[in-house]
Amino acid sequence: MTDRLRQKRQAGRLLMDALRQPNDLPLLSIEDWDLLLRVARRTRLLGRLEADLARLGLLERIPERAACHLRAARVVVAHRQTRLTWEADRVLWALRGLEVQVVALKGVAYMLAGLPAARGRMAVDVDLLVPKEQINSIEQRLLDRGWMHKALHPDDDRYYRDWMHEIPALRHRERETEVDIHHRILPRTSRLQPDTRLLLQQTRAVPDMPIRVLGPHDMILHALVHLFHEGEPDEGLRLRDLVDVADLLRHFAGEPGFWDGLVPRAEELQLGRPLYYGLIYSRQLLGADVPDAVLQQAQGSAPSWLVRQAMDWLVPRAMLPTHPDIPNPTAALARWAIYMRAHWLRMPLSLLLPHLARKFWRRLQGAFKSRPPPLSADEGSKNSPVKE
Amino acid sequence: MRTPIKPLAFLLHHFWQDFPLIDEHTIVDCHVAVVKHQIYRRWPKSELLFLVDGRPPTPPYPFAHHFPMLEWGINLCLARRANHLLMLHSAVMERQGLALLLPARPGHGKSTLCVALIHSGWRLFSDEFGLVRPEDGLLLPLPRPMPLKNASIEVIRAFAPQADIGPKFEGTHKGTVAHVRPPTESVQRMDEPARPRWLVFPRWVADAPLRLEPVVKPDAFLMVATNAFNYDILGQTAFDLVGHMVDACDCYTLVYSDLREAMAALDELTDSAHD
Repeated sequence: MTDRLRQKRQAGRLLMDALRQPNDLPLLSIEDWDLLLRVARRTRLLGRLEADLARLGLLERIPERAACHLRAARVVVAHRQTRLTWEADRVLWALRGLEVQVVALKGVAYMLAGLPAARGRMAVDVDLLVPKEQINSIEQRLLDRGWMHKALHPDDDRYYRDWMHEIPALRHRERETEVDIHHRILPRTSRLQPDTRLLLQQTRAVPDMPIRVLGPHDMILHALVHLFHEGEPDEGLRLRDLVDVADLLRHFAGEPGFWDGLVPRAEELQLGRPLYYGLIYSRQLLGADVPDAVLQQAQGSAPSWLVRQAMDWLVPRAMLPTHPDIPNPTAALARWAIYMRAHWLRMPLSLLLPHLARKFWRRLQGAFKSRPPPLSADEGSKNSPVKE
Repeated sequence: MRTPIKPLAFLLHHFWQDFPLIDEHTIVDCHVAVVKHQIYRRWPKSELLFLVDGRPPTPPYPFAHHFPMLEWGINLCLARRANHLLMLHSAVMERQGLALLLPARPGHGKSTLCVALIHSGWRLFSDEFGLVRPEDGLLLPLPRPMPLKNASIEVIRAFAPQADIGPKFEGTHKGTVAHVRPPTESVQRMDEPARPRWLVFPRWVADAPLRLEPVVKPDAFLMVATNAFNYDILGQTAFDLVGHMVDACDCYTLVYSDLREAMAALDELTDSAHD
């Protein structure tokens, strides 16, 4: 039992140590490697570990079997990144002549801007931000040039268009990569309403491509919005989003005026609260170097003492990986609470309740219909986007 | 591997008896389990879930299909995780240090040929995955229990009475499936790689006369490339590996309806190469 308890604690700590101190990875025992690989895979940070070790020249000094898993992750990351860059290129090609400002978000933005946050990062979709007025012409143009929407339940389609911050995902008929076209960074129903026009005013150019990326502050704020306003009941808060934030902070800290402008910009966009959480937890969990003065400034958007206590308890439990074989009811509770919080922030109850009821009803119908589709190795690798 | 399912455990003991138990202190490629599905899904039909690291990558299966389900689950894990290797959808066997690959689509009769060959003097590498190591282009063995489908089961019973065939699982999405235990020697030598020497693209066609015909290298290249699970993921590495492999191999297509004839043709092909 004590061993189990030790293992249970170990899972999260192993990964956090690996992220903070990749230098020490060659010292890990075989059992620790076994567990680390599992939790890193689950949090989609295997590629990140590989990139850190490669940068430090330490890949030769870890167990061969672990190196195989990391090599496999590197291969997948490289392929994924090529595919995403290519897809972004194709979208820009399709939009040629439309005179539209396209801004890359998240993974694709980090890649195109050559930021350290892109290294080893397993991105899946191409996320783009465009002005709301042009969303119809963009959608039409993509539909004309071979992109399609997934078959969507009419309820869901209407819901997307009425309330969401993006249109239903598009996918080219010959390629698997999903393209998400956003016109704002949070749903229309959300309590916070950062103004897209403000974001579009401070974008930066990408060399040699007719696409832009968000300014440094906005890039960080968007990553934080993603982290604290979306949650999944299984996964809780995505650790890799916090890793992005820590990377971006570290990278942009060198730019003159970066720290001075961060909090004011967050307040201007109504995002002071997520920034406050982001600074606190990236410092606490990932050792990000946040100046005290900035933290002090961010305090202005801190929640009440009680909420702060609750979040301090919930966030690490919802974010750190747990042992894959040992059920952890505390973590499950924290994840569920964070998921509920995210829903609460995204939607007023008058919308949320009917939405959940519809979802539940359709799930119930589905439960009586679905039978396992055939699955074998040949289908597994070709058709699934391999979201492991 | 963990499971509380008794009939599955029994089959595991039998089919995997030659494999060493893992040491506690080791890195395990896939931690898998087969468990009963949640309580509300057990009625009216009992269902099982395949878990990797505690999560199900596939939907539940009927209880009665426990062993095939495990096999498909492991295939899926490999196909997703082994991207440090080039993965061909191919049966592979070895004789005198040289490997014969049978890349084929499902239903083209590669498993049947594979089982027949490994009961005729060849060592089993794998009936499903041709694993190529990018560092040196060698093939890696993966001698697991091999599934036979439908009519193949009786064909093999007649051809190789010594084959250790397990119970039939009926009504799976691939029809009736029964497994053949990998020969002890193949399991004992599962760490010895081999060099690819022959590429034969088999295809079983009812009542067809036997045809063994050479394939020109460019065609063979395309056939191997499109047969790989992760050709696109490996990119340049895969291009180079397939190129070297096709260069180093004699390449043929084999159309057959009679297993004995096919075996004789393969024997002749691989024997003459030694002269």
